Amino acid sequence: MAGFLARRLLNYLVLVAVASSLAYMLAAGALDPRSNYADRTPKPPPAVVDAQLTALNLNDKTPLIQRYATWAAGVLHGDFGRTVTGTSVNEDLARRAGVTFRLVLLGLICGSLVGVLVGAYAAVKQYGLFDRLSTGMSFLVLAIPVVVLATMLILVGTWLNENVFGAKVFLVSGEYSDGLDTGFWGGVLDRLQHLILPTVSLSLGLIATFSRYQRNMMLDVLGADFIRTAVAKGLSRRRALTRHALRTALIPVVTYFAFTFGTLLTGATFTEKIFGWHGLGEQLINSIFTNDVNTVAAIAFLAAIAVLAASLAADMLHAALDPRVRTA
Amino acid sequence: MTAGEPVLEVRDLHVTFGDVRAVRGVSYAVRPGEVLGIVGESGSGKSVTSAAVMGLLPPSATVTGSVRLRGQELIGAPEKRLTALRGKTISMVFQDPLSALTPVYRVGDQIAEAVRIHQKVTKEQAMVRAVELLDLVGIPNPGQRALGFPHEFSGGMRQRAVIAMAIANDPDVIICDEPTTALDVTIQAQVLEVLKTAQRETGAAIVMITHDLGVVAGFADRVLVMYAGRPVEVGAVDDIYYRMRMPYTVGLLGSIPRVDRGGRQPLVPIEGAPPSPAALPPGCPFEPRCPMAVEECSVAEPALLEVGPGHEAACIRWADVGVRPPGRHAAQAAAAVRGGRGAQEVVLRVDGLVKQYPLMKGSLFKRRVGTVHAVAGISFDIRQGETLGLVGESGCGKTTTLMEILELVKPQDGRIVVLGQDTARLAAGDRMAIRRDMQVVFQDPLASLDPRMTVHDILAEPLRTHRRGDTGSRVRELLRLVGLDESHAARYPQDFSGGQRQRIGIARALALEPKLVVLDEPVSALDVSIQAGVINLLDALKSRLGLSYLFVAHDLAVVRYIADRVAVMYLGRIAEIGQVDTVYDGPMHPYTQALLSAIPLPDPERERTRRRILLDGDLPSPADPPSGCRFRTRCPKFRTLAANERSRCVESEPEVRALAQDHGVACHYAEKLEVVQNHEESHP
Amino acid sequence: MSLQEEELAEELRQPPRAPSRLRMVGGRFFGSTQGRIGFAVLAAMFLLAFVGPLFSPWTYTDKDFTAFLQPPSAEHWFGTLQTGADVYAVTLRGMQKSLIVGLLAALLSTALAATVGAFAGYFAGWTDRTLSWITELLLVLPAFLILAIMSPLFGDGQWVLFVVMLALFLWMVTSKIVRGMTISLKQREYIQAARFMGVPPVKIIFRHVIPNLSSLLIVDATLNVSAAILTETSLSYFGFGIQPPDVSFGTLIADGAKTAVYAPWTFWFVAALLVVTVLAVNLIGDALRDAFDPSAARKVRR
Repeated sequence: MAGFLARRLLNYLVLVAVASSLAYMLAAGALDPRSNYADRTPKPPPAVVDAQLTALNLNDKTPLIQRYATWAAGVLHGDFGRTVTGTSVNEDLARRAGVTFRLVLLGLICGSLVGVLVGAYAAVKQYGLFDRLSTGMSFLVLAIPVVVLATMLILVGTWLNENVFGAKVFLVSGEYSDGLDTGFWGGVLDRLQHLILPTVSLSLGLIATFSRYQRNMMLDVLGADFIRTAVAKGLSRRRALTRHALRTALIPVVTYFAFTFGTLLTGATFTEKIFGWHGLGEQLINSIFTNDVNTVAAIAFLAAIAVLAASLAADMLHAALDPRVRTA
Repeated sequence: MTAGEPVLEVRDLHVTFGDVRAVRGVSYAVRPGEVLGIVGESGSGKSVTSAAVMGLLPPSATVTGSVRLRGQELIGAPEKRLTALRGKTISMVFQDPLSALTPVYRVGDQIAEAVRIHQKVTKEQAMVRAVELLDLVGIPNPGQRALGFPHEFSGGMRQRAVIAMAIANDPDVIICDEPTTALDVTIQAQVLEVLKTAQRETGAAIVMITHDLGVVAGFADRVLVMYAGRPVEVGAVDDIYYRMRMPYTVGLLGSIPRVDRGGRQPLVPIEGAPPSPAALPPGCPFEPRCPMAVEECSVAEPALLEVGPGHEAACIRWADVGVRPPGRHAAQAAAAVRGGRGAQEVVLRVDGLVKQYPLMKGSLFKRRVGTVHAVAGISFDIRQGETLGLVGESGCGKTTTLMEILELVKPQDGRIVVLGQDTARLAAGDRMAIRRDMQVVFQDPLASLDPRMTVHDILAEPLRTHRRGDTGSRVRELLRLVGLDESHAARYPQDFSGGQRQRIGIARALALEPKLVVLDEPVSALDVSIQAGVINLLDALKSRLGLSYLFVAHDLAVVRYIADRVAVMYLGRIAEIGQVDTVYDGPMHPYTQALLSAIPLPDPERERTRRRILLDGDLPSPADPPSGCRFRTRCPKFRTLAANERSRCVESEPEVRALAQDHGVACHYAEKLEVVQNHEESHP
Repeated sequence: MSLQEEELAEELRQPPRAPSRLRMVGGRFFGSTQGRIGFAVLAAMFLLAFVGPLFSPWTYTDKDFTAFLQPPSAEHWFGTLQTGADVYAVTLRGMQKSLIVGLLAALLSTALAATVGAFAGYFAGWTDRTLSWITELLLVLPAFLILAIMSPLFGDGQWVLFVVMLALFLWMVTSKIVRGMTISLKQREYIQAARFMGVPPVKIIFRHVIPNLSSLLIVDATLNVSAAILTETSLSYFGFGIQPPDVSFGTLIADGAKTAVYAPWTFWFVAALLVVTVLAVNLIGDALRDAFDPSAARKVRR
């Protein structure tokens, strides 16, 4: 087991290294930090620009391979370099990671819980009104891209604020209002108001996905022989369903939960950007606009680690929940 | 026979799924302690009947008629009442033990759950009872095994656990739906023994559903034969086997290969295939296949007629049905020569073949935990025109052997010589030439034909691969050869019945006029009545085309019909090899003896009187075979040996040694023992 | 009968029942409400995108300098943009591009998935390890980031390159599934029969393996169409996808979102058409899955 785990981790390490190196090369090759200085008034002299760029390890006059070596050496020491404005990438991303984590965790928990409940109930009442309604809704939600969904939520939110509540109930930009002074509870309320719409935007898609997935898993299990055995030994249908079917059908869904968590790190990009949350996803888009090579590479690195860690966690969870995998 | 009121009475049961009438009027009654066998081929409605009795059919099924359990009507009863009865008064054992237990709970907990549903006991008491039950059904070390998960149990052990669950609440009726079909023959014998114990302990009535007339012959008191959703003959077990009055029963019994019948007599297949329940013929459903059919038969469906005391048959010509099988369809027996082995050319020689592969543990965190010794040094040869039957239970290495031969590469150890060419020294061209001369027929006829190709394309593929021109006429010729119609070439495999598909598979194997055909369980997926036709075809083709067969099978009875010589494998080694009749009539290896004695005979009288050698436990893991003789851990002979004699079995592995002309046995203490009397001798 | 005549006779004998499976699947597909609605709606969308512009007096390049940001009217059916462009014409133009991009990317990615997955699964060993590693690597790379970085290359009508890159990040999951199914298919007896007959491996892959996965692949390709359209929209929304002067759903929605509050017609028409299109594609995919695998539907009915 330990040997296997070690080999797998080593493989992951190689994957992360290759993935972030590739991302760095691509970013360093395609992005042009020099152009940031072109629009400045007064235009800085080329020598100054060169010196600044070199200090940030962004000078395109330095050969790519040399820049890469400098960057890689830094990464090996845990330093991802500086942003185009000269601040530390590490500090910037650490702050943003917390923001993203909060949003993703809340959205994922809401989405998966509601999704599992909806899917399980739909499967048990297959072809019933609820099943058909939830299936139809999932299809609709899955057809709406997040950017459209988020924009629609903002539009609806503002409309409701103006025409129904007559006050700003849903706040559509940022994490909290700056310079607010309403005490602790006021602050909490303000944060909640900011949180509602982004969370909804993130969870709706997840609810749709999870409910479809749980429904299919549940239907697979419902036809299984062991459910027939459970009924044949005298369990009522309801108890056979909850004790034997739901428990078994939950295993792949929980695994899926862990996996989704990893991909959501960058998956929340659109939501963050549109709602003005200063998370990792937002920075990903900003960094490309600002030609911030080091930040781009660092985010690619984090994303790779998140995906691999999540898939490892998913496998571990699977092993913990399913005796067939655990001991077979 | 047991007297008393019937505990379970089924009357005029009908089940329909939409327009399909799956069950069309089944009636039976079982008394306490009585065993009723329900026999039928796939699609006869036998399993639907039992599910209907338990109330386990999906809501899409319409059930009418009456099912009375201890006088209580079950059809239309509220779900709550059924729940209270299920598992308490009436319980069920299912066919597939692999999927019948919930994979995520411990076996002991699942049995304890069955106890706690119907009895007011604490968790601990229920667990104690579960362990008792596991002990009762013969699971060694029950206290510890109760904590295991289903996937840690072998098939036989799981079926025992399911039986333990079924008898947990002393039911009055146990319905067993093909309880041994998925199991090996020695394990089947064990499980049947457990069922008998269970019946003794609980005094329950048993309804035993099976397709195997052998299984119920020694077990049932009465038998009901089903065909196309209806009972066609009902009677005491001896009436059904010795005084049958329905041509279908006659045909069924005539088509079963019997391990106790030597000499080469062709089997008598029933022509055609069972009708689809969606399109039944107007008259007697068996009329299209019946050798005795007259015009009247297609007019109306005959009712069950009283033909003797407690014996009913649904045939208008019942009086004319003789006790001997009607022989209209008997194929012309190939006058096979079964003398000594001639000096024919050797087409296949296997010498000390070894195949090992790493044993991986865990489906997720794969790691190597050992080596599976799948084949551990076996030798045999096949001469031109000869059939060697390679038999053994699952896990004995017979399929691995076959695959090793088909791969045509250098084996890990030993030698494989095909048609005079050593596979270790084959150039690409030679290999291609051997691929032309050696062909294969697989077990599952549907899986072995690409569902997206027409029969023409399937048969043409070998011809095209080896660049034989004129595929069109050759395909037609092949279809005729295996008894199919030329017009079938444009159809897809799924349009055919199982037997026809296997014929297509055989035709494909013969397309290139091979010298050697390797057959992997070619008839085990077929219904008995179909199986006989395919066996006869294989036999006829062999003598007509001068083929040699390597016939791999788990069914010893089938091998007796087709093979000239037989090799019995156990745990990667050959236990016994020799001429078929020599081995079957006088087996000398204790494993062969046990194997032969475990095969149920479709002959109630002999089943009641014969001695069965029961083996202990399961097959040891091929990753960790016992030292010395691999069979010693289960060997009945070993147990009778003195300590000093035993040490030889423990220390040295016996090699196959010739004990008579063409009869080799791998046992230090081989001794002849007649376990199946020859049928002809006892019934002249 | 000469050989030729015989071959001719053979050919005449073959056809009548040949497409039976296709007809069966088609029958089941059109037998389901989902399938019928999905197909009808998608067909209508295609018709609208490619025939619709012919009925409008405006083309997507025209600017009406008398009407900036005007609500829908008889003159401009969907209203106008800030630039004076006709929303109807521009939207249909964007729809054309989105549909083509979606279709091409889906076809490409499914073909890639089928080939890589089948080769990896069939050959095992080093082929498998290499291909699987590449698959894994592409899964680990954040697709959005790479596409965004490369976006400057997609200008100047280089949208085909965009399609290729989009496809490059869509195939991995399917490929993993195909690989798994190939491994189990390889054990299937008809593949073994072909192997032991001497049919070369590459031929087996293209003759037996991939055709037998066609149901999965067709369904997957369908669902990939919607995935590609959605990805394209998101990328273009931030300016990383289709580049001007080309327009697509994504660029239109991005523009529309800015003016949506006071000029809803610039946003809602595009958004609705997008959602309806994707919904129709998903419905078709789902109905196809059921049509190909009726046993799943039947099993489920228990």
